[in-house]
Amino acid sequence: MAGTMRRPGVRRPEALYNRMVMPYLDHAATTPMLPEAIAAMTAHLGVVGNASALHAAGRRARRVVEESRESLAESLGARPSEIVFTGGGTESDNLAVKGLYWARRDADPARTRVLSSPVEHHAVLDAVHWLSEHEGATVEYLPVDEYGRVHPEALRAAVERDPSSVALVTVMWANNEVGTVQPVRELAAVAAEYGIPMHADAVQALGQLPVSFAESGLTALTVTGHKIGGPFGIGALLLSRGATPVPLLHGGGQERDVRSGTLDAPGAAGFAAAAAVAVAHREEHAVVLGALRDSLVSAVLAAVPDAVLNGDPKPGGRLPANAHFSFPGCEGDALLMLLDAAGIECSTGSACTAGVPQPSHVLLAMGVDPLLARASLRFSLGHTSVREDVTALAEAIGPVVQRARNAGLASVRR
Amino acid sequence: MTDFPGAPTTPSTGRLRVLAAMSGGVDSAVAAARAVEAGHEVTGVHLALSANPQSFRTGARGCCTIEDSRDAWRAADVIGIPFYVWDLAERFREDVIDDFVAEYAAGRTPNPCLRCNEKIKFAALLDKAIALGFDAVCTGHYARIVDLPDGARELHRAVDAAKDQSYVLGVLDADQLAHSLFPLGDTTKEAIREEAERRGLAVAKKPDSHDICFIADGDTQGFLAKHLGTATGDILDVDGTKLGEHDGAYGFTIGQRKGLRIGRPAADGKPRYVLDISPVNNTVTVGPVEGLDVTGLTAIRPRWCGTEPLADGRYTAQLRAHGEEVPVTASVVDGELRVQLDTPVRGIAPGQAVVLYDGTRVVGSATIATTERPAVTV
Repeated sequence: MAGTMRRPGVRRPEALYNRMVMPYLDHAATTPMLPEAIAAMTAHLGVVGNASALHAAGRRARRVVEESRESLAESLGARPSEIVFTGGGTESDNLAVKGLYWARRDADPARTRVLSSPVEHHAVLDAVHWLSEHEGATVEYLPVDEYGRVHPEALRAAVERDPSSVALVTVMWANNEVGTVQPVRELAAVAAEYGIPMHADAVQALGQLPVSFAESGLTALTVTGHKIGGPFGIGALLLSRGATPVPLLHGGGQERDVRSGTLDAPGAAGFAAAAAVAVAHREEHAVVLGALRDSLVSAVLAAVPDAVLNGDPKPGGRLPANAHFSFPGCEGDALLMLLDAAGIECSTGSACTAGVPQPSHVLLAMGVDPLLARASLRFSLGHTSVREDVTALAEAIGPVVQRARNAGLASVRR
Repeated sequence: MTDFPGAPTTPSTGRLRVLAAMSGGVDSAVAAARAVEAGHEVTGVHLALSANPQSFRTGARGCCTIEDSRDAWRAADVIGIPFYVWDLAERFREDVIDDFVAEYAAGRTPNPCLRCNEKIKFAALLDKAIALGFDAVCTGHYARIVDLPDGARELHRAVDAAKDQSYVLGVLDADQLAHSLFPLGDTTKEAIREEAERRGLAVAKKPDSHDICFIADGDTQGFLAKHLGTATGDILDVDGTKLGEHDGAYGFTIGQRKGLRIGRPAADGKPRYVLDISPVNNTVTVGPVEGLDVTGLTAIRPRWCGTEPLADGRYTAQLRAHGEEVPVTASVVDGELRVQLDTPVRGIAPGQAVVLYDGTRVVGSATIATTERPAVTV
């Protein structure tokens, strides 16, 4: 796997990433598959075999799945038995949040409090909301500071109000919009003191921060393939030995009976290969991308002096590949459109299920003014990012913001 | 203005940067496709006009559902153009919905589609588009734009008389018209559906929308009752005799015959119609059909697609959506449009628009304020 060593942050041959002619600054949404992952996955696509079958083909497939599990476990500082393959980050989050809630409440009906944060990804936020609407949960959103960070004292205070009624704690490892890193180990330690299971969504953290399940003290951890150069449609929930969530999917009893469904051997192989590369090169990757991100931030602030960098400005406090700004007087959708027209692909960073841009719940929770929140863009780097991407953005952003500002004013003219 | 990188050069070749408003229906999808084919650089945009879009259609067709947004998105992908959703819900509520409710509360009968074209599609949307560097807004309206050799621009009826939508575009002034594109005016609806099929647009067979888009279930009375509440008032005969009661004067439209809930029949045994709505007294006056005959009207807030009409000019007028065209004599007096009808027309409601035509050309429009009805003095 490590045979093809490479320098992270250096563009791969155009032939492999043919769409890379445009500056792609949306790696946090998804990043191109790594060649190692493509090779590992495609090697198994044409091979028959259900990993649950007992014959030779089944054994072959099972071997692929289990070797992938072992490889992934090694990359994530976990035991192979702690890996539950899922269909992706959203499923892992739902399984952790709902499954652990149901299990804890079934064991003790008094346990109905769910402690979370207001800056979670919708896969957690909507899941805990659903529990409160349909399953009698009381969701408490821990306060966050101006960077969107949860402080361990806040968790302690919330737990201590009534420790025996807490079903679980779920706080993400690093924020997908503004990149703020949470003190996961400290939070997990507080939860562990009271014997409360804690889940963290590490979808954005993996590959950028050191993620070790064993060292984290967490009960459950969400990761997914396509954010680290692996395939779409496969992720994993890491579950510590004693954790037995009630399943979302019932069926053949695969994956410790926690997640039924025929195992995706090629997907698991691609995912494991991507994780191995991402983790092996993480430190170097973080340094290179962090420097590139810093130059991106400087360039944007030079072109638009009143732009506001959201999230923690300190390098250790945010994901190295993340930059997130508000541009006063603009609308995020106009900025996106103008940048797209200029050949630069980025994102507002927040989900818009109806296609209607809403001010980001993350920024609102951080205390950002709603108008300013709607004027925001996320630029996220990845393994194919090059200096030219930043140069292109540096040239485009000033005029684009100017034009978007004029448009913002136009909408109140007639 | 400083241009941004990637923006195309000045359109000296007739190539425009066009913003195609895409509702999710077949017409606006084909209009966008035709704009692309005409060589323009087209970007699709779906207007989010409802603060709480419904996930799935319920009952009558509206145009504010998430599904419509997805249909528009898919159509844009098939056509091969960028697509965005712009949130104009706040402007729409202020300029169209609030106005709609206020007009009914004042005893008038508004046309929200005209209002939307005037204030949203060819104002809020157009202004934003121009500020962002676009040259024109393209819609799937059935109307024709005719460019004259001297550079002037005229708005004409569509060739498909049954689908013609020039009436709801009568509010556009010369400046708005100069930045508009209506690619469907020369084609019948039937042909547009066939064309959509040929182009592989899945919306080809999607049913037309007929209802007021922000009243998805089609229940205008229920919508008004929710916003205006109920207020019991009298239903009066033309001589002032009380005939019955109603739940709110706004629930009636001039010319309405059904649902009057009058116990006693008229002395002459003929049906009675709503002749007048008085929101001040919360009364509804009913009477014989002759009372609906209008011989002339005054209309306010005129908007001209170019120059205003000639004094005592001979035109035709359309007095409601899908209404017939009638010959008239019109003049502008003190900024108001005065119209004399050659022959009386029944059931004209204040609040509706009068659109003047010169042949197929749209002269302009104004909002009907008062009507002359010789048969009654209400």
